[in-house]
Amino acid sequence: MWDLLVAPFVEFGFMRRALVGCLAISLGATPVGVFLMLRRMSLTGDAMAHAILPGAALGYLAAGLSLTAMTIGGLAAGLAVALLSGVASRATALREDATLAAFYLISLALGVLIVSMRGGAVDLMHVLFGTVLALDDAALTLLCAIATITLFALAAFFRPLVLECVDPGFLRSVGGPSAAVHFLFLALAVLNLVGGFHALGTLMAVGIMILPAVAARFWAQGVGGLIAVAAVIAAGSGAAGLLLSFHLGSPSGPSIILVAGGAVVLSLFCGPVGGVLPRLARRTHLEA
Amino acid sequence: MTRAALQFQDLTLGYDRHPAVHHLCASIAAGSMTAIVGPNGAGKSTLLKAVAGALAPLAGAVLFEAARPRVAWLPQAADVDRSFPLSVGAFAAMGLWSRIGMFGGLGRGDRARLTAALEAVGMAGFADRPIGALSGGQMQRTLFARLLLQDAELILLDEPFVAIDARTTADLMALVARWRGEGRTVIAVLHDLEMVRAHFPQTLLLARELIAHGPTAEALSAANLLRARAMVEAPDPFAPVCERGPA
Repeated sequence: MWDLLVAPFVEFGFMRRALVGCLAISLGATPVGVFLMLRRMSLTGDAMAHAILPGAALGYLAAGLSLTAMTIGGLAAGLAVALLSGVASRATALREDATLAAFYLISLALGVLIVSMRGGAVDLMHVLFGTVLALDDAALTLLCAIATITLFALAAFFRPLVLECVDPGFLRSVGGPSAAVHFLFLALAVLNLVGGFHALGTLMAVGIMILPAVAARFWAQGVGGLIAVAAVIAAGSGAAGLLLSFHLGSPSGPSIILVAGGAVVLSLFCGPVGGVLPRLARRTHLEA
Repeated sequence: MTRAALQFQDLTLGYDRHPAVHHLCASIAAGSMTAIVGPNGAGKSTLLKAVAGALAPLAGAVLFEAARPRVAWLPQAADVDRSFPLSVGAFAAMGLWSRIGMFGGLGRGDRARLTAALEAVGMAGFADRPIGALSGGQMQRTLFARLLLQDAELILLDEPFVAIDARTTADLMALVARWRGEGRTVIAVLHDLEMVRAHFPQTLLLARELIAHGPTAEALSAANLLRARAMVEAPDPFAPVCERGPA
């Protein structure tokens, strides 16, 4: 048991670093994922992840595999797409899903163009699938900083964010910062995706954001409970996925996401809040 | 409490340059209770939207006597996401926004106010239930509890009793009547003329143009109602540009 679960982390520094990275992502990305899910924007995370690509690619072109350059590039591209689609939907008749789709597709095409014209296939794999087993100090610091910023920002904006989700018209009518909250939330999503792509790659980063949130829906009812359960599931998936990849020699990013996916399927059947099996079980009811 | 009086000054509201409310001149007295009555498409909801500040006029203005009062607006179809996991108590407590803002905690006084508001609308036992589990009438009661907590000087109700049963309507109407005693200004869009006659001293009869405004019995005369019904609802794509000056 020790050899199976603990020894890899005790004996190998890169496993410890990977674990810390995963825990940081779990804390920062899952609350964002919970709100994305509750706002029916689960697929927005996916779109945003694609939108980051050209920025990261440009950063790579400018400075090679540099953490700083790729982070700045990714942030710039992600925020630009979020801002442009938000402004376009508020200023025109288009809904935000349409404007976001338009801008992220432009961004994605640009990214693929840049990567395939200048970089090789290995670089593309790095951007798409990440390198959780090769996180250096700078990358770890970045992941932890992002988790910290996210938690503090969410704590500060929690009330208007919940209001913006439940009744945006009311928030506007009492003079609340409706647009500001929306953009801040999108910015947090972009920030976490950029952090996530260093570890898990642009495509897999969304997984650790959304999958634990979806699984948590079957275990908790309040927003706070959802966030707590999701964070635990994400952290557990990170540890389990790393161990799996260590023992089986499978790529680490997809392993982590698949464990989280397993948690979703398990919750779908067994979760007490609306899971399939509890629903099938015949239950007693109350008088009133 | 400051008393909110407002004036519609040659107000034209609309969408895509087609007027929904056309050159409206009227003033609403402070502490009054006014029903807005008119056929579908008469511009009633549009008028409330403009008073709430959510729609910019095409021409004219909504003028407030003093500074802009605290306004509480219950839209016709409040776009509440009822699948969001939030309790009835927390939802109603949003009405305290103007007191506690983004960061303020709920003090003991606020909690007492929240409990009192839920009791006043008959939702006392529901504080911990999720809003997704409420019926339509219970949701409307909860929205009224939030409205109570907003403690607004000017209250705008847009068809608040549609699809609500008689008992709930009577309960909520009693609350509205009490607001008048507290000096609040109430403007409500209503279709039930019996209710208007029974509870609202003032009526503004609107059919894009102002048909009548004054004491309810006079405004809702048979002749006025007939004129209101004659309004042509569809916009005319070939209508010329309106040249009417300020009245």
